Amino acid sequence: MPSSERIHSDAVDGRGNADLLSKVCLSGFLGWKIIRFILTLRGLGAFALITLGVLFSRFAVARRLIHPLMVREISRAGLRLLPMFLFLSVALGFLVIGQSVAVLARVGAINYLGTIMVVVVVRELGPLLAALLVLARVGTANVVELGTARALGEVEALEALAIDPIHYFVVPRVVGLAAGVFALTVYLILGALVSGYFWAFLQDVPLLPGDYFRQLAAALSGLDFLLLTCKACFFGFIIAIVTCYHGLAQPLRLEEVSHATVRAVAQSVVACVLLDVLFILIYLLV
Amino acid sequence: MDGPIATTAPALELRAMSVRSRQHPGCAGIRNINWKVAPGDFWVVGGMIGADRSDLLMLAGGLLAPECGEQFFFGGPMPLFEEANLAQRLRLGFVFQGGQLLNQLTLAENIALPLRYHKDVSAAEAEADVRWLLELTGLSRWADRSPGEVSVDSCQRAGLARALILKPDVLFMDNPLAGLDAPQRHWWRQFLAGLADGPEWRQGRPMTLLATGEDLRLWRGCARQFAILKESSFVPLGTWAEAQFAAVEFLSEPVFGLGGQEGSC
Repeated sequence: MPSSERIHSDAVDGRGNADLLSKVCLSGFLGWKIIRFILTLRGLGAFALITLGVLFSRFAVARRLIHPLMVREISRAGLRLLPMFLFLSVALGFLVIGQSVAVLARVGAINYLGTIMVVVVVRELGPLLAALLVLARVGTANVVELGTARALGEVEALEALAIDPIHYFVVPRVVGLAAGVFALTVYLILGALVSGYFWAFLQDVPLLPGDYFRQLAAALSGLDFLLLTCKACFFGFIIAIVTCYHGLAQPLRLEEVSHATVRAVAQSVVACVLLDVLFILIYLLV
Repeated sequence: MDGPIATTAPALELRAMSVRSRQHPGCAGIRNINWKVAPGDFWVVGGMIGADRSDLLMLAGGLLAPECGEQFFFGGPMPLFEEANLAQRLRLGFVFQGGQLLNQLTLAENIALPLRYHKDVSAAEAEADVRWLLELTGLSRWADRSPGEVSVDSCQRAGLARALILKPDVLFMDNPLAGLDAPQRHWWRQFLAGLADGPEWRQGRPMTLLATGEDLRLWRGCARQFAILKESSFVPLGTWAEAQFAAVEFLSEPVFGLGGQEGSC
């Protein structure tokens, strides 16, 4: 065989082998990813159920110790983030109104300003943005705190003292994050709606405050309030569960805490987005 | 806890128990442990680093699941984590190496934690007990400091105070003398000897003590019974005199030196 043909043949064989190898590697990689995803999902589900079980069955246990911890967590995940959320609500109102006024004015649909605010801010951006910001500020801190506690043997110490680590560490955080995300979502939406009108006023939109709020009221339904409440509380619950799971539910060494934090943030974002999709489907179906 | 002690039954009994090593899951761990601890006994178990001393202590305290064997606590089954066993469970106290305190809490809050959780009392209501234990362990000055702000020996003492706040009948201590200087070791030996003799606050009833250590010489004249972990086996040696006699067989063990001077309480 001429050398050029042999080279060509080798190249074809090599490419074939590489293709085959890449297919095997790819399928192995995907399979491994899928199995890991399923295992993580199972772990998270079990952890969530255990936490709910402890939350309800031990609600009256050690109230004078655990309830102040819940209040502290609500303050940490809610009250202390209020200044940042007020700033963001003003910015969010400006973003949405600033973009939509120009477009709506061009097509003569300025009467839909309230509707757009409801669809964009109340139904979508408000809860999701609030959840992601709380995740960034509080969720990451949760993983670091709990991961460090786990690595330093604090969880073992609690077990030796017959104190349920889920009750002491996780339950206050779940309650705090669910309440915190809900409260901050409400403040964020209210701030964005008010600042939205303010920015519209500055852009000389011929819209009276009464008309604007009538548009908002007309676009809102009872289902919005119900789903908003559920969505915000679920976001908080999911962030708490995912971050506490990665910090607490598996043995960690100190050097693994940063990796656990990254994993927890990524999985929390994915979980919140998937939950958001689920709520969109509910909106569409109802 | 001032629970009733059946004097006839051993405080703790392990029959043919085995446990897998936590640090080295592939390794054998400790096999066929037979150990009977009478109420008021003061045992120290020696072993090299990596001999799974902590695993033995956690197994004996019901914190680690055995591979096989039976375990009894004052004649009854070992209390595990079920709610129904809580009263029995609280008769066990644990002191970890380094204290293993919660870093978010101050020393006083750490000491109060078991009392506040199990008795559902406020911080103010727990204060008298906490103050008493802080004085008993010489930690009053550091009460409002967090574990990161005080020395290791203070954390260790706070761990002891935390274990004592519920007044347990049996106290497990994982290498409590590790990393301490001579005066600190002296304080610990004196304090533990006092517990073993029956302190006033227990109406003179001796507390059952089980400790681990790297060097048994440090416990001479203080502990009453000795044992060592050797080649995945638990070997009871008896009193110091018996242990010295038995030590001929274990002379190669660095944990068991003869003729050490330190140790008298």
